[in-house]
Amino acid sequence: MSGSGTPAGAPARAGEAGVEGYEIVVGLEVHCELATATKLFCGCTNAFGAVSNTHVCPVCLGLPGSLPVLNRRAVELAIRIGRALHCEVRPSTFHRKNYFYPDMPKDYQISQYDEPINVDGYLELPGGLRVGIERAHIEEDTGKTTHVGGGGRIHDADYSLVDYNRAGVPLVEIVSRPDVRGAEQARAYVSELRAVLVASGASDGRMEEGSLRVDANVSVRPLGSDVLGTRCEVKNLNSLRSLGRAIEHEAARQVALVESGGRVVQETRHWNEAEGRTSSMRSKEEANDYRYFSEPDLVPLVPDADLVERATAGMPLMPAARRKRVAALVGDALGGEAGASDQVATVVDLGLDDLVVAAVGLGADPSLALRRAANEAAQRPEEARRLDATAFADLLGLEVTGKLSSTQAKTVLAELLEHGGEPEEIARRLGYEALSSDELAGVVDDVIAAHPAEWERFLGGESKVAQLLTGQVMKATKGRANGRTVAEALDARRG
Amino acid sequence: MTPPVGGATEIAARVRAGELSAASVLDEALAAIEARDRELHCFNSLMGERARERATEIDRMVGAGQDPGSLAGVPVALKDNICTRAAPTTCSSRILEGWTPPYDATVVRRLAAAGALLVGKTNLDEFAMGSSTENSATGPTRNPWDTSRVPGGSSGGSAAAVAAGMVPVALGSDTGGSIRQPAALCGVVGVKPTYGVVSRYGLVAFASSLDQIGPFALTVADAAAVLEAIAGHDEMDSTSLERAAPRCSEVLDDGADGLRVGVVSDFLADASPDCASAVRSAAEVLAAAGAKVDDVALPELLHGLSAYYLIAPAEASSNLARYDGVRYGLRVDAPDVETMNARTRAAGFGAEVKRRVMLGTYVLSAGYYDAYYAQAQRVRTIVARAFARAYGHFDVLLAPTTPSVAFAFGAKTDDPLEMYLADLFTIPTNLAGHPAMSVPFALGEAGLPVGVQVLAPALGEREMFRAAAVVEAGAPPGVRGPVGTRSAR
Ligand SMILES: [Zn+2]
Repeated sequence: MSGSGTPAGAPARAGEAGVEGYEIVVGLEVHCELATATKLFCGCTNAFGAVSNTHVCPVCLGLPGSLPVLNRRAVELAIRIGRALHCEVRPSTFHRKNYFYPDMPKDYQISQYDEPINVDGYLELPGGLRVGIERAHIEEDTGKTTHVGGGGRIHDADYSLVDYNRAGVPLVEIVSRPDVRGAEQARAYVSELRAVLVASGASDGRMEEGSLRVDANVSVRPLGSDVLGTRCEVKNLNSLRSLGRAIEHEAARQVALVESGGRVVQETRHWNEAEGRTSSMRSKEEANDYRYFSEPDLVPLVPDADLVERATAGMPLMPAARRKRVAALVGDALGGEAGASDQVATVVDLGLDDLVVAAVGLGADPSLALRRAANEAAQRPEEARRLDATAFADLLGLEVTGKLSSTQAKTVLAELLEHGGEPEEIARRLGYEALSSDELAGVVDDVIAAHPAEWERFLGGESKVAQLLTGQVMKATKGRANGRTVAEALDARRG
Repeated sequence: MTPPVGGATEIAARVRAGELSAASVLDEALAAIEARDRELHCFNSLMGERARERATEIDRMVGAGQDPGSLAGVPVALKDNICTRAAPTTCSSRILEGWTPPYDATVVRRLAAAGALLVGKTNLDEFAMGSSTENSATGPTRNPWDTSRVPGGSSGGSAAAVAAGMVPVALGSDTGGSIRQPAALCGVVGVKPTYGVVSRYGLVAFASSLDQIGPFALTVADAAAVLEAIAGHDEMDSTSLERAAPRCSEVLDDGADGLRVGVVSDFLADASPDCASAVRSAAEVLAAAGAKVDDVALPELLHGLSAYYLIAPAEASSNLARYDGVRYGLRVDAPDVETMNARTRAAGFGAEVKRRVMLGTYVLSAGYYDAYYAQAQRVRTIVARAFARAYGHFDVLLAPTTPSVAFAFGAKTDDPLEMYLADLFTIPTNLAGHPAMSVPFALGEAGLPVGVQVLAPALGEREMFRAAAVVEAGAPPGVRGPVGTRSAR
């Protein structure tokens, strides 16, 4: 286990196929492309999807004589990531990682090695589990190779095309400690990390465009053991779905291997989404000795307090802190309520927590505010993020005081989201003005008179008949009556 | 014979004054190259057409009352590892066959902005690896003082071009002595500035932490003028120091009065008698001019050579990885990419480059890094500390530039270690990142030029030039170029 002092988390969920009696241990390496305007060491545009080899210059093509100059914005975003992950931001250096590959213009990658900028942090997942972050360091991306013909792999292709637009794009590689247990937690980790990276402004979070690329180090061990098993690194995980499936498959493969008396060999494995299995990538690449040494073309990167302050200025609260803020608002009253933490996670995910917090600040009932935000407003998150908090709070007030039934309140909310306006005004327009008590009393009496048999059963204590009677009142008032008030009126007549 | 081209500062002054046309200066330089380069092979390529356009433009500016710059009309040769749009940049290697850079090095832009005329690219040991310019895919350069001998290296083409009077000034690069050593062997001034004073942007890297561009010139004053034009902060080079170019021209007449000069005694013992006695004589010149001269023992400096031949190849092995046949230069086709890489590199690199790439790859390998590379870095620190100790007592140091005068072709090619010793006195300066320069001071064995090296602490260029100017003034006549071509004697 890591020495990070984080809770180990629950064992992998029972019944995960083929791994009974084992614990799945996962460490994740996430490469995040930074959302800078330009590349890490040159002025070329950092953008996805341009015509091949149009965003290139002598520096990112590694032409003889060119030199790297570190992008200040990339450093600032790396520091934001470090801070968002509770890391120590420290003096750091760059190294060269040497290996030959056609999509690496210099045949070495400039990366941070033994002195990364961010170390020793953690990421808190919605369930409260803290996953240790070993490091989050800066490095440059490679170009992209397309192997044409053969099996689409480098060795059997007819020829290969290289696009260097991505070469030199700034990356931060975030390396977790092996604190993740199983596929579900791994998905939760990446999903939460993605939210943090987006919130910090460091990334657009688009996994499908390769903005986030995930490798998983998977090992298994008998339940109760605290010794780490031999791990395999699984690559080519392009979605949360592949991540989960790949971990489940890889863990099952390792367990089957161990159960049959075999041993897991440490290696890199490729996830094949179509076949639903991992396969060994053992190749010449595996045998590389990267011959790291200090990058002589760059000077040490020493972030002083000023730089850190400037970098993190205006950084919003991270999801975990936002969840805590909402949870604190709704308080203990909600502690035992089923689904409350899911609701908190939903409003934070959808960015509706500010709305909830503001409405509560204006006097709205916290629990109702959370429920309406997480259930109804969440159906239309775009509009809900633009919703005026005062209007939302007013609406919740009308519902709490019984001026609107919950059904009515939901209809008014839908109207508010679509067109905006004043809740009372909308309620009036929809004819939701509360009935006068005289009018209601008349209708209730009429309904009792019209349903004598049911009334007798109600008086006899058959409470489910109340629903039928209330329904009749609602029908007669075309839904203007408040269900709770009707129930009270019926009870009052029972004596 | 009197070479046609005068000194750089003189040319610039007369061109700026309208007394001399840049076009005529260029014609004379090109004529001198035409007349003598067939024999000497200083140049890999010429940029005559582009230079002629520039000359016309400069003459037009002068005519219009505008100042074309401090090096107006001065022909300059560039070592062929400095990137130019106007001509291929070969590094004297087959592997860069057919490659013309799409950009100009910072020094090229600065020279052009100062009104200089860039006339051609000069020969070098392949990728600047060598001390004789014999390791060139385009053939060796000959020493104009004796065509049976080497001009030194790796910037042998630039040194010989200046010595032969083809151009008044030239640029070279100095990683372990590649400016100073050929300057000494060709009887010209050669300056290796403080690391970071001149931008490396556009200098094809050999060993990035050691490489530095600097001038060759016939005189100390001309070298100062060129250094002033090319030095100063460049945002394209992260290791470029954030300061203006050192104003060395200002101190050339300051004399040596009060200057504290240390003579590196350890080097004298390892130099041939002519090279050692030149240093003693230069010290006397400085003392006579009022300098306070003393011997200083710095035995650690002699360990620099071993450290250098681990660090420089290590960096080179990485810097030269990009010549893989994928993007530019030579490609030898093969069924798969690794074989293509290997065949391209086998065909494109010469023996010395291969030797250093293999050596460098080895010393960075897992299991060997600590014993070699890391140990060499510790020695590098020891060398820097030894210098720091000396500079607590001295403003500049005096030493031989080379262990001997120019040697014959083939004399050291069979023994790389013997060849490496040619840089014994120049390497420590690169390891420390300090400035040093070679000044022609005597004629030694066989009447060949001997250089004296003036060393200074980081950013000590002004004191270094002050001392160099005094040494130059005290040198006997005939010790420096330009020299007419002479054959073996
Ligand atoms: Zn670029």
